Amino acid sequence: MADKIATREAYGAALAEFGEKYDRLVVLDADLAAATKTGTFKKKFPNRFFDCGIAEGNMMVVAAGMAASGLIPFASSFAMFAAGRAFEQVRNAIGYPHLNVKIGATHAGISVGEDGATHQCLEDFATMRSIPGMVVMQPADAVEARAMVEAAIKYEGPCYMRFGRYAVPVLFDKDNYSFAIGKGIVMADGADVTIAATGLMVEQALAARELLAGEGILARVVNIHTIKPLDSELILKCAAETGAIVTAEEHNFIGGLGSAVCECVSGARPVPVLRVGVEDSFGRSGKVPPLMEYYGLTAAHIAEKAKEAVKLKK
Amino acid sequence: MTDTRKKELLRIAYEIRKEAVTAVYSAASGHPGGSLSIAEILAYLYFEEMNVDPADPKKADRDRFVLSKGHAAPGLYAALALRGFFPVEELKGLRQIDSVLQGHPDMKHIPGIDMSTGSLGLGISAACGMALSAKYQKQDWRVWSIVGDGESEEGQVWEAAMFAAHYKLDNLAIFVDWNGLQIDGPVAEVMNPTPLDEKFRAFGWNVISIDAHDLDAIEAAVTLAKETKGKPTAIIAKSVKGKGVSYMENEVSWHGSAPKSEQYEIAMSDLDAALAKLG
Ligand SMILES: Cc1ncc(C[n+]2csc(CCOP(=O)(O)OP(=O)(O)O)c2C)c(N)n1
Ligand SMILES: [Mg+2]
Repeated sequence: MADKIATREAYGAALAEFGEKYDRLVVLDADLAAATKTGTFKKKFPNRFFDCGIAEGNMMVVAAGMAASGLIPFASSFAMFAAGRAFEQVRNAIGYPHLNVKIGATHAGISVGEDGATHQCLEDFATMRSIPGMVVMQPADAVEARAMVEAAIKYEGPCYMRFGRYAVPVLFDKDNYSFAIGKGIVMADGADVTIAATGLMVEQALAARELLAGEGILARVVNIHTIKPLDSELILKCAAETGAIVTAEEHNFIGGLGSAVCECVSGARPVPVLRVGVEDSFGRSGKVPPLMEYYGLTAAHIAEKAKEAVKLKK
Repeated sequence: MTDTRKKELLRIAYEIRKEAVTAVYSAASGHPGGSLSIAEILAYLYFEEMNVDPADPKKADRDRFVLSKGHAAPGLYAALALRGFFPVEELKGLRQIDSVLQGHPDMKHIPGIDMSTGSLGLGISAACGMALSAKYQKQDWRVWSIVGDGESEEGQVWEAAMFAAHYKLDNLAIFVDWNGLQIDGPVAEVMNPTPLDEKFRAFGWNVISIDAHDLDAIEAAVTLAKETKGKPTAIIAKSVKGKGVSYMENEVSWHGSAPKSEQYEIAMSDLDAALAKLG
């Protein structure tokens, strides 16, 4: 529990680990192997690693061609360039033909830190989620990241995985953890409100639950590692049982997990949904903890929203 | 190739033209100009060069073809139908809601299509990925692609050009259909990408310039491409957009419009006359 590991580290390590077991796995990067941590794979399997240079659009479609030829390519860059710069390539050459490409996008969200707004991608859930057939995922810790990578390898079809730059606590026990695409995980139970969080916001959600408990509010915390396909069964169950939901994500509060949850409950089980995320603004440079405060991506803010949500319950 | 074989392939090229124009006419929509300019290249690749099997369109060791200028789908669909991948009759369903023949190539549903294309600049990258995969898996199938001259204005074409040379993809060859026209006018006036031969050479490619309608030249270029080791080949193929239909030739307006019934009759009689001349 004491260790802190960035999910990008776990991503690179998982590629290197699973490279042994899955021989169709190959890795592409766009001059960021040192940062995305695909370099870990490159070191072990130099002949299975292909640097594409600073040309993300080309890389995505090269990966499509490789998938069409029977390989399982992982294509990596920063989320900003994988889901932003190369959106149309991903949509038309990977999504439309439903090719077996795995996009490993790192440096997602505000927790990029010092590099600032141009590198803090807050829109990738929105763009990737809108592509038919695209699986969109984000792990909460290193254990989940590793399991997610193997699940993506075994799954036939396009996947977008979002990893972080910033070291975060390990929440899960590797030996007792099992991952299924599209299945949310109840981290802690509660009957008054549900906090549905993804990525490093799961840790904040758990801390918010403690704060709320002090005030007599019992919050359920669910980890939504798969944004699409969303675990609508679990979300609707939470809506029915707790009557209110707060979402938490390191993404624009437009178009990401919060939107997905609203879309899910609005037609089937309308309950108040309050969204914690970056409130429709760009990021900025800074150290990560003060940035998270600045954008309200904190346990305290989640707890505030949870109290509001409880008040809105009928 | 023998004169008889050449004549056969030319006949096929003109049959492709007839079917492509007929399909666009039936759809009342589509791109005739850029389909007509590549008919000999398609005829040569699908009827002479490529290892493909209409009975097993996805067989693992087949040669791949990527129509990077995906809007020329009517030409490609005609070649595939004539080669036996699906009934020629189906071409009349082009662009209709109950047909698999999408406006642009769709690898998921159309037999014989190796890559979905239509967004310019992407196909050449997919072709690179395929060629790299063949090398990586130590397989000896090849990848062929056709890129538009207007398409070469896309930055991604040059990302791919750099990539192909860097990875020494000598199992990849592209034809650049140099018909001199795009949508807004002559390529030279809209955004001049020339000299394409020098650019590809500077990017590390083997470059061959040919007449796109000369089957001997196509054969010689294909042979040279296959013999060239260590670099990809770009065949700059000077063509006539709208080739074979008198009023469409070199006419920018026939890039993406369908003939009306009288125009269709003229097109068929132009193409039939060319076929008759072949004997
Ligand atoms: C990325 C992209 N931008 C724009 C278009 C629209 N478009 C379709 S065809 C075309 C012109 C293509 O010219 P060229 O490559 O010379 O093709 P050809 O003359 O062989 O028909 C354009 C701009 C497109 N399909 N894809
Ligand atoms: Mg042109």
